Amino acid sequence: MMGRRYFQGKNSLFLTIGAGVLITLLVVFIITPILGLFFRITFEQFLASLSDLVVWNALILSLVTASISTLVIILVGTPVAWINARHQYPGREIVDTLIDLPLVLPPTVAGLALLLAFGRMGLIGSIFYDYGISIAFTTLAVIIAQIFVSIPFYIRQARASFEQLDPMYEHAAKSLGSPAVPTFFTVILPLVKAGLIGGAIMSFARALGEFGATIMFAGNFQGRTQTMPLAIYTAMQGDLTAAITLSVILIIISFLIIALVKFKLRGYTER
Amino acid sequence: MKFSWIIPVTAVFLAAILLTGCTGNQAEPGKTELTVFAAASLTGALTDMAETYETSHPGIHVVLNFDGSQALRTQIEQGAYADVFLSANTKHLYALRDQGLMENSSIGLFAKNKLAVITPASNPGNMTTLADLARPGTRLVIGTKDVPVGDYARQILKKMGNDSTYGPSYTASVLANVISEETTVTGVVTKVQIGEADAGIVYESDITPENRDRFLVITIPDQYNVIAEYPAGIAGSSAHKDEAAGFLAYLKGEQGRAILAKYGFALP
Repeated sequence: MMGRRYFQGKNSLFLTIGAGVLITLLVVFIITPILGLFFRITFEQFLASLSDLVVWNALILSLVTASISTLVIILVGTPVAWINARHQYPGREIVDTLIDLPLVLPPTVAGLALLLAFGRMGLIGSIFYDYGISIAFTTLAVIIAQIFVSIPFYIRQARASFEQLDPMYEHAAKSLGSPAVPTFFTVILPLVKAGLIGGAIMSFARALGEFGATIMFAGNFQGRTQTMPLAIYTAMQGDLTAAITLSVILIIISFLIIALVKFKLRGYTER
Repeated sequence: MKFSWIIPVTAVFLAAILLTGCTGNQAEPGKTELTVFAAASLTGALTDMAETYETSHPGIHVVLNFDGSQALRTQIEQGAYADVFLSANTKHLYALRDQGLMENSSIGLFAKNKLAVITPASNPGNMTTLADLARPGTRLVIGTKDVPVGDYARQILKKMGNDSTYGPSYTASVLANVISEETTVTGVVTKVQIGEADAGIVYESDITPENRDRFLVITIPDQYNVIAEYPAGIAGSSAHKDEAAGFLAYLKGEQGRAILAKYGFALP
């Protein structure tokens, strides 16, 4: 039935089989490694590892830092995305390109760059250090690294959502006498909510998985800068069971977040 | 159907990628590729040695993989291919031996090392003695408990804590100053070198003639220091055991010892 609807003509059978094979291969390719993790430990081992302080320290640190990063990204990224979507100003293209730069930068390069900027010998970090403030190797550094690598995901999505919105809505509100800022919050934001939440989730997921920039810039210290990915990397070199437990927890959390958001988004778009 | 060309074209691409992927990893014609897994602290010495070895053995191409010994051990346990494994402590190599993953008869010590405390040349933390490591606010970098250099550092701090000169609170005070635990000794050296750490606990062999002026060194007296023992062995799955044995003979022979000594290793 699907075939008849989407692929009409004499090649429809061939294409339907081809599409089926392709989708099956892709699903197997993604599912197999994940199942590999789940099959490698018993439930008892999983529960035993849960009592390990490393696991809880990393889990709490990851969730707290990724949440703060995402909040900052939304607060800073939303106005920037709106301005870049609706207003032309000199250098806008350059700003847009720079915002995308962390996407193509290898995370280790980002981490080294952050260290050389915010480290106590760095460009900006040395000024803070003179006032007794250290940034590198603190929880703040974890958050800075996460914001740096994941902010493009939000701004790209937010800008696209704003651009897709018909300017008619703003014009109508304006002609009815509504000032710009209230219009933004009461008219525009509700219309692009789904897109913004989608972008925020992408950023949150990227922040949760951040490894390279964090280990370079924030270091690796349990309870302070050792997020889940760092804990997994460190544990893998000593206690593989703990590494697998951490991975399984991370997968479950990521999956729950995606599922929750998809469910919520469906509510928004249908309303 | 307009897009029916997509599948054949994709198939050709996939076939091409698979073919090059499966055959593209060949060594230079006529050369035997010898894969050496070596502890990160051997980076300078082994890079040097691989070069001189290839010059004197034109049929061999040495491929080096440096990482923390614990990481290399995990890689071998998980099926990574290695011909030779050079570890910075006996623990990780013997663990592989006990799992039947090494050629038992090939295992032997080839180098020794000691530990030292280094600070950046500018000495931002104003460190002059080992007691300063316990001063609150000191930014110290050491290895994780699994990487040999971190394990040795903890042994030393424990020994010092057991000595009345430093007192029992010393160990905990020093460990409270750790800002990062690195998975390789090279990670520790780098953090000190760029001035982000006040001090790091590394091997004496990490202080080389080339970087000597970038650091201040606080020596750890022998009564607290540990002797790091470096064992080498041929991996059980090696397909080039004769060539691997030849490389180990070179490592333990006159030329190998000269290079190790040049990089600050003590010899067994």
